[in-house]
Formats: sequence, structure tokens, C-alpha cells
Amino acid sequence: MAREKIMEVRDLSISFKTTTGILNAIRGVDMDLYRGETVAIVGESGSGKSVTAKAMMGILASNSIVNSGTVKFTYNDNGGESKTVDILKMSKNEIRRDINGKHIAMVFQDPMTSLDPTMTIGKQITESMIWHYKTPKAEAEAKALELLELVGITDPEKRMKNYPHQLSGGMRQRVVIAIAMACDPDLLICDEPTTALDVTIQARILELIKDIQVKKNISVIYITHDLGVVAKVADYVDVMYAGKLVEKGTVDEIFYEPRHPYTWGLLSAMPDLDTRDDRLYTIPGSPPTLKNEIKGDAFAPRNKYALNIDTRIDPPMFKISDTHYAATWLLDDRAPTHDMPPEIKGRIERMLKEENK
Amino acid sequence: MKKYIAERLGTALVTILVIIFVLFAMMQLMPGSPFNDEKLSRELIEKLNEKYGLNQPIYVQFFKYVKNIAKFDFGISYVINKNISINLMLKTRVPTSMRIGLQAVSVGAVIGLLLGIIAALKHNTFWDNLTTVISVLGVSVPSYVFALLMLYFFAYRLGWFPLLYTKTEPFRSSLLPTFALSMFTIASIARFTRTEMLEVLDSDYMLLVESKGISGPALIFRHALRNALIPIVTVLGPLVVGLMTGSLVVEKIFSIPGMGALMTAAIQANDYNVTIAMTYIYSVMYIIIMLVVDLLYGVIDPRIRLAKEDSGE
Repeated sequence: MAREKIMEVRDLSISFKTTTGILNAIRGVDMDLYRGETVAIVGESGSGKSVTAKAMMGILASNSIVNSGTVKFTYNDNGGESKTVDILKMSKNEIRRDINGKHIAMVFQDPMTSLDPTMTIGKQITESMIWHYKTPKAEAEAKALELLELVGITDPEKRMKNYPHQLSGGMRQRVVIAIAMACDPDLLICDEPTTALDVTIQARILELIKDIQVKKNISVIYITHDLGVVAKVADYVDVMYAGKLVEKGTVDEIFYEPRHPYTWGLLSAMPDLDTRDDRLYTIPGSPPTLKNEIKGDAFAPRNKYALNIDTRIDPPMFKISDTHYAATWLLDDRAPTHDMPPEIKGRIERMLKEENK
Repeated sequence: MKKYIAERLGTALVTILVIIFVLFAMMQLMPGSPFNDEKLSRELIEKLNEKYGLNQPIYVQFFKYVKNIAKFDFGISYVINKNISINLMLKTRVPTSMRIGLQAVSVGAVIGLLLGIIAALKHNTFWDNLTTVISVLGVSVPSYVFALLMLYFFAYRLGWFPLLYTKTEPFRSSLLPTFALSMFTIASIARFTRTEMLEVLDSDYMLLVESKGISGPALIFRHALRNALIPIVTVLGPLVVGLMTGSLVVEKIFSIPGMGALMTAAIQANDYNVTIAMTYIYSVMYIIIMLVVDLLYGVIDPRIRLAKEDSGE
């Protein structure tokens, strides 16, 4: 089956005007997403992962400046015809009318604050159907009930009349997912959907999103810093650092054959039952401030494998396989060969053993 | 909701009872009596005391007083209009003050809300700054300054309105005082609306609403304003009472026969009955408005409306 590309981001660069100057949040990001597949965007706070997602949604804050780039989104409009638009070229009103809720929906990080406290659950779910498609109220309510069942909420008739404060965090996140699914979107963006939830609920919410994805054949973008989540849900992983993509590949490539020192660091920082060291590894230093022009590789100051050239020229994306790319000079033919740090190697071996059990 | 209303009503009644009691106690604690006249003989004073029931035990007097005040019967004025029933004195004054006050509050609330919403939506633009300037002016410039300015321009110079309040043209002549009084309300409501709207517009749930594709008036009124309204109603409540019970200075400037003027006259003349009547009316109005505010909370905010039922689950 031919893969149908639904999102293509090219050379996206976004800055923010702040009181202390211009902040270059995203500095040239490329990204692809195909129908029915899942991409996880991974990175530290401030790496630009949320901004990338918001750009796709057209809900960037008002102080943002798009310096360059295209965000091409392909969807089937009402007539069933395939249509491709550049979201960055659309006006806010056009995006609200044609894209938001209808074709791209979003699940936010904190379910405790992301529902309107003065509106019933039922109304919040039916609102976008009535808004976009003028669905008759009874029909919209019937669909809302279906959706509440789909997201695993018991006693949906009663819950329709409830207000957000009467629901627990896990239930609220299910409601947020139901709201997102109301108009059968093509793409669901999940911005750290489980970060604010109890660990026991996290797994269930992830399962739920996966289930829905399979049932409705939609694409999902996960934004997360939790590699555990990535391992569970993603087909592809994009690793971001300081507003740039540093490594991208299939989930296996990222977990078992990581090539970028930053990815090594992220994997080492993942807690693991078998690590012999009592202390959890952390990447030394902190991400650079994006207010100044960054010369060379942004990760160089924290990278013990940094080369001389890293301080001068930003590395391009080196191709490792058809799906696997990494932006590090270590992959250049002239660079000294470096193996992965031994801690990572040990961990990967353990992971593989687990897998084969 | 029923439980909530009953609870609020109960609190309001208890508060009124406390006020009635305090007013009575103050009256008893005040030195002297209405018949402190050297020319009156002892027998005459006793007779007068008997006539007015002042020789009865305190608790009998108290219950009589409670009975009368509950019926809004405040007795007669001693000084200002000798032996005239206070109810008669209040009959035209209370409605006049209340009407002008309500006009001022309505104008103030509507304009204030609109200004606040515009300022929040056009954050950090010319409109936002303009609203801030209006707010600062409205809060810091006393209403009589506005009253005098408006009198000068609109009544004296342009002749659009009468200079003074007249009973023959009760609406047209009340417009200038209405606007003079509403400036403060406009300013404070605009300021609060702006702050609250900015906070709500910045919230996660508004981002979710936007991500659903909702825009325009539905976004602003159905979602943002409704959430911003809760704190605004709190501010509006006391403003309503303040305006409805009449403003001293503005009533004087436009020579409006309202409550404000009577209140000062009563205090200056030591006309206890009138003072008590006014204090009582003022308190009851305050309590009623606060009750309405509390009920409005329940209507606007389901968390308050449903709080009791939830805890019962």
C-alpha cells in the first residue's frame, strides 16, 4: 500500500518577540508524516517541539514571527477530494474554519486546565460538530455519546451533563480526546498527553489513543520528553535540540542504533531497573539560550565527543539509512570513529534481550 | 442549587437580624432621650414616655421595634419634618435615587464590559492603551468633576440637557447625573474585565477551544466572557449599592431630591429615626444585592452551583 503523505514541514523557522529580545525558537525543521503513522517529537523543554506542533495547528502565540518554511497539509475535503494547503500561508480565520478541529485536532498536556469549567462535557464535545458541520443537535449528541464510549467513559449519558470539575484527571483527558475526535480529524497532535497524569492512568491513555488511531486510521504526532512513551507508541522519532532536528529515524533505529551524542545522552538519562549505577545519568550543562545567534553545533558545549569543527560549522543531516538521519559531524568520513558510550551499549543489549524473551 | 439558594437566603436573613439588633442597641446606648427639654415637667415627660411606649421594659420595646422595622415602618421624624412619617419622606426619594443609580450602573457595566473586552482582544495596541487611560481617569477623577464638566458643556454651553433635575422631565434631566455617576463604574469594570479576559484568553481551555476551530463571538462570549464574568460580578455588586443609595455630591450638584441628601441632613440634625431608617434601608439593599450576586455566581459557575451536591455523593 502506498504511503499517503499528509504533513510535510520544510525549513520551518520561527522566532518570538519577547521583552528581552528576539528568541529563535525553531531554526529550520523538516518533518514528514504519513497517514495512519505515528511520529514522536522528543526533546527537552524549550527545544521547540511544542512550537512546531502549534505551527501545524495555526495556534502560535501572537508574538511569534514565522521567518521561513512551509507546512504542507493534505486532507480530504467534504467532497472527498484530496487537498493540499500550506498552513503558514493561510489566514487565522481560514485555519479556524477549514483545519482546526475538522482535520487537525489537539490533545493538550494538562487535562485539569484544558476544559472550559463553565460548560458541560456534552456541549464541549458537540460544539465543534455543530460549529463546523451544522450537525443537528440530537445527532451531535448521539455521536458524543458514542465518542464517550469510545474513549472508555462509563455511564456516558450521565457524564454528558457533568461539568469538568466533577471528573477525575484521567477522565478529563479521555474527554479531551473525545473532543478532539468529534469531527473525525486526519491528524491528532498530542502535546505531552500523559505528563500530568498518574502513572497508572498514563498507560491506559496511550493504549486508548493507539486504539483510536487504528480504528479511525488517523496519523498521530506525539510531543514528549518521555522516551518510555515514545517506545510504546511511535513508529518514527524526531529528536529535537535547541530548535533543530538532530536525529530522526524509526523507533528501532533511534533506540537501538542511535548516532547523535544528544540521543545517546537522552537514552542514558532514561531510568532503568538494571543500571548498576545508583545515580541517574544526566546530560551535563543546560540547553543554550536561543536569544543569541548560535555558531556551529548548538549541542557542542555539552558534548564530550564534540569536534573542533562543531564550534564553527553547524553539521548537516547525514544519511544513515533511508529512514535514519542524524546531524552530527561524527558521521563525516573524516571524523574519528566513535563507538556509542559503553553504558548505552549495555542498555541496548539488555533491551534487545528483553525484546527477544 | 436549591440548597445553595436556601443557604444564601438564610445568611441574608441572619445578617438583617443582626443589623436590626445593632441599630436598636446603638439607640439605647445613646445618651438622653427625645424629650430632653428643661421646660418639660417630670409628669409631662412621664406622660410622653407612656404615650410613646418608652417606659415599657426594654424587651417589649425591642419586639415592638422589630415588628415595626420588619414592616418598614420607621415612625416619625423628630427634627427635619416634625411629626411627619418617615415613610412619607422616603416615598419619592428612594425611587429617585434607585432609578438614577440603576441607570448609572447599567450604563457603566455595559460600556465597561465592552471597553474591557476590546482592550483584552487588542492587547498592547492603541485601543488597549486608551482603555487604560480611561480607567485611570475614571477611577481617580471624582464624579463631581465629571458632573461639573458635563454641566458646563452639555447643559450650559450646548443646552442639550436641563441644568438641574426636574420632576417634569425626570428622564432627560437624569441623564447627566447618570453619566457622571457611571464614570467610576465604567472605569473599574473596564479594568477588571480587561485583566480577567486577558487571563482567561491565555488559559489552556481557550487554546483547546481555538484548536476546535471556534472563533469570533462564540469564542469571546460563550467561552471567554462567561469565565471572566465571575470576578467581575463580585466587583459590580457593591458598586450597584453605592450608586443606588444615592451620591451625596452629585445629588447636590443637580439638586436631585434623593437619599444622599436626606442622609446627611439627618445626621447633621441628630434626627435619630431618620438616620436609623436610612441605615437600615442601606443595609437591606446591600444584603439583597449581595444575595443576587451570590445567586449569579451559582448561575455562572457550575462549580459553585454543584458544590453541595458533589460533597453529598
